Amino acid sequence: MTGEMIAFFLLALTAITGGVLLINLTNVVHMVVALIFTFIAIAGIYITLSAEFVAVVQVLIYSGAITIIMLFGIMLTRHQEKEKRAPRLKMMLTGLAIGLFFLIMYGKIKDLNFGQQDAGLHIDNTKKIGVELYSHYVIPFELTSVLLLVALIGSIILAKREDDEKEAKK
Amino acid sequence: MSSVPLAAYLMLALILFCIGLFGALTKRNAVIVLISIELMLNAVNINLVAFAKYSINPGMTGQIFSLFTITVAAAEAAVGLAILIALYRNRQTVNVDEMDTMKR
Repeated sequence: MTGEMIAFFLLALTAITGGVLLINLTNVVHMVVALIFTFIAIAGIYITLSAEFVAVVQVLIYSGAITIIMLFGIMLTRHQEKEKRAPRLKMMLTGLAIGLFFLIMYGKIKDLNFGQQDAGLHIDNTKKIGVELYSHYVIPFELTSVLLLVALIGSIILAKREDDEKEAKK
Repeated sequence: MSSVPLAAYLMLALILFCIGLFGALTKRNAVIVLISIELMLNAVNINLVAFAKYSINPGMTGQIFSLFTITVAAAEAAVGLAILIALYRNRQTVNVDEMDTMKR
């Protein structure tokens, strides 16, 4: 039992607990707070996988930005304080289908192993990512900026009140 | 040298993906459905980063792909929430069961 093993089990346990709480809690705000634990635990998993930069991005984007934007979405819309459950039959059928999917995938991946090589991914991790992004992946990188701009303008236009346009025409 | 096998990471990702799928299919609040989809994307990211370290040719490609996925997920969350708010303004509900205009 090495330290990495213990860290992995603790982080995996936190991540799965957050996910199970998301399914079982009834208050919508509590669900989102439970998911913050999952996101931070996944950032820890990235560190054990020697991907420090991705871990920091995960904390910034997921635990910071996306959870806050979802909380805004909950606050701006009226909702029942207690979430009603779906009909029991629908939940059972969905659970059964997902359980089948889980078993099939588990059978395929349980013995998957490509051997371990020491690639030294953790050495100068951020520098390597920067060099790759600006050399080999420069076109997808620039396309991503266009995508973000489109998403920014598109969400502003979608969420804008429609009577503003009518007033503008007058 | 690490001692956690690749299969353990893949198992964690599979469990999180199944939880996200279940939440996306059974939850009724549209915000929770969106956030379940984010959880599924996160599970896929774990797979990408795990394969970046433990594949036959370890390299940075998996980590860079996971960065792109995170970007797309952030854009998706913003647009999804904007659609949700526009829908809420018209229908006064965020319940996915009541969003059935195209079924009627």
